[in-house]
Amino acid sequence: MPPRTPGAELPEHPDWLWHSPEPKSSYDAVIVGGGGHGLATAYYLAKNHGITNIAVLERGWLAGGNMARNTTIIRSNYLWDESAGLYEHALKLWEGLADELDYPLLFSQRGVLNLAHSLQEVRDSVRRVNANRLNGVDAEWLDPDQVAEICPILNTSPDLRYPVLGATWQPRAGIAKHDHVAWGFARALDRMGVDLIQGCEVTGFERVGDRVVGVETTRGPIRTGKVALAAAGHTSVLADTLGLRLPIQSHPLQALVSELLEPVHPTVVMSNSVHVYVSQAHKGELVLGAGIDAHNSYSQRGAFHTIEREMTAAVELFPMFARAHVLRTWGGVVDVTPDASAIMGLTPFEGLYVNCGWGTGGFKSTPGVGWCYAHTIAHDEPHPLNAAFSLERFTTGALVDEHGAAGVAH
Amino acid sequence: MMLIPCPWCGPRNEIEFHYGGQAEVRYPVDPQAVSDEDWARFLFFRDNPKGMFTERWSHAAGCRRWFTVRRDTVTNEIHPDDGASNARTVTR
Ligand SMILES: Cc1cc2nc3c(=O)[nH]c(=O)nc-3n(C[C@H](O)[C@H](O)[C@H](O)COP(=O)(O)OP(=O)(O)OC[C@H]3O[C@@H](n4cnc5c(N)ncnc54)[C@H](O)[C@@H]3O)c2cc1C
Ligand SMILES: [Zn+2]
Repeated sequence: MPPRTPGAELPEHPDWLWHSPEPKSSYDAVIVGGGGHGLATAYYLAKNHGITNIAVLERGWLAGGNMARNTTIIRSNYLWDESAGLYEHALKLWEGLADELDYPLLFSQRGVLNLAHSLQEVRDSVRRVNANRLNGVDAEWLDPDQVAEICPILNTSPDLRYPVLGATWQPRAGIAKHDHVAWGFARALDRMGVDLIQGCEVTGFERVGDRVVGVETTRGPIRTGKVALAAAGHTSVLADTLGLRLPIQSHPLQALVSELLEPVHPTVVMSNSVHVYVSQAHKGELVLGAGIDAHNSYSQRGAFHTIEREMTAAVELFPMFARAHVLRTWGGVVDVTPDASAIMGLTPFEGLYVNCGWGTGGFKSTPGVGWCYAHTIAHDEPHPLNAAFSLERFTTGALVDEHGAAGVAH
Repeated sequence: MMLIPCPWCGPRNEIEFHYGGQAEVRYPVDPQAVSDEDWARFLFFRDNPKGMFTERWSHAAGCRRWFTVRRDTVTNEIHPDDGASNARTVTR
């Protein structure tokens, strides 16, 4: 295969990449939610476990949820062993995914800088670099001059209110084109005979005692031995119909893009303290994100003051952005857990599997989720990489507390 | 922007407020008798409805008092009639 030039290849029109079959009355497994996680899970169920009689049920259009709304940052520089294990597994999969799916994902390993603005943050960051290295994750600690070398448009002047005191640097991190990722998986699934069914909302479950034996949908009941949730911000709504309580809260998370600009921004920059993250998309838009809105919401719309704060931070760090125009802003619904880590595993119901709580950071995990969740579903037992992310951890107290440790504040 | 009705100061821009999550979450009456399971419920599990939610806000940049409103989490419509008008100061 000739080497890919990012942006040079345009994919086929999504309408031609997969069929839209009528739902059958039963499947071996049903996946609720056609975002990146649902698609990747179906892919590895088929590929690694030979289960192809699967339906992915999506209430809207394929990958129109958070998958289409995120800022696409991919990295694996998490502090704790459990997180590093999962995200690094995902990053390794990303590195071969475009070739495997034979589809241009525009995966660009342009590196990620996580800035530190206080002495405490410097110490935490250096600790994280050391932890990353012990876990085989590429990481370096850079002083402000080295940061400026990698990202010359960043304001590293000591006169800032929150000056850049240094940064962690993960060269293998980067971005990918989210739509292409979904379409690449969808095309592969279609070829393996998996049914991708859009406009089909799961409204409830069929049960025999504590066993889930099917789902009720807006297009009729579907029987199956295995129901895997991959509904991101809407998991509580589904779990509520079973009386299953989950420790998640759904919040708006917003992002915005500028008009197309010449290439100015060579890497990804994230700041936890002043809270903004920025990269430049292949086409040229500056892609900016920040923190969640404080209140719970399913409105897919956040408050303007959240955007204002994000822009203030961005313009202080990147003075040249002051002249850029915002083209559009949008919001997603992200599900946040008390320890800021995901929940992936079994539930008290036989035949029901849960994957939720990825909050603001689940795009990067997409292939890793697919791999581990497929294993969990096929074997009725978590993969070693997702065993720590069980629902029980909130009772046992074995939390995977990545709050603050992850280099983002949420 | 949400216009949040502080029972004491009237409707104000949401930037003046701090969010407190679900209302009416009570500290266990007899903490010694609480099982691990119930501690987990108390600490980590909150309702997350798509629809009406009874929640706490603090008027952080104003009178600094806590109060309860009912808000639709889909439309952000706030119903001060149910709860918020019963102005009461709550210590935490
Ligand atoms: C603004 C923003 C920026 C982000 N930035 C990043 C980032 O830079 N890096 C990163 O790693 N992560 C990021 N994320 C987080 C990431 O997008 C999510 O964690 C991830 O997309 C969640 O998994 P998913 O792709 O399956 O979710 P989704 O794409 O939301 O998939 C869930 C699907 O389930 C469907 N669904 C829901 N209920 C039902 C039902 N009852 N029946 C059928 N279908 C249903 C939805 O329509 C949706 O398509 C960001 C998120 C947002 C909103
Ligand atoms: Zn007030």
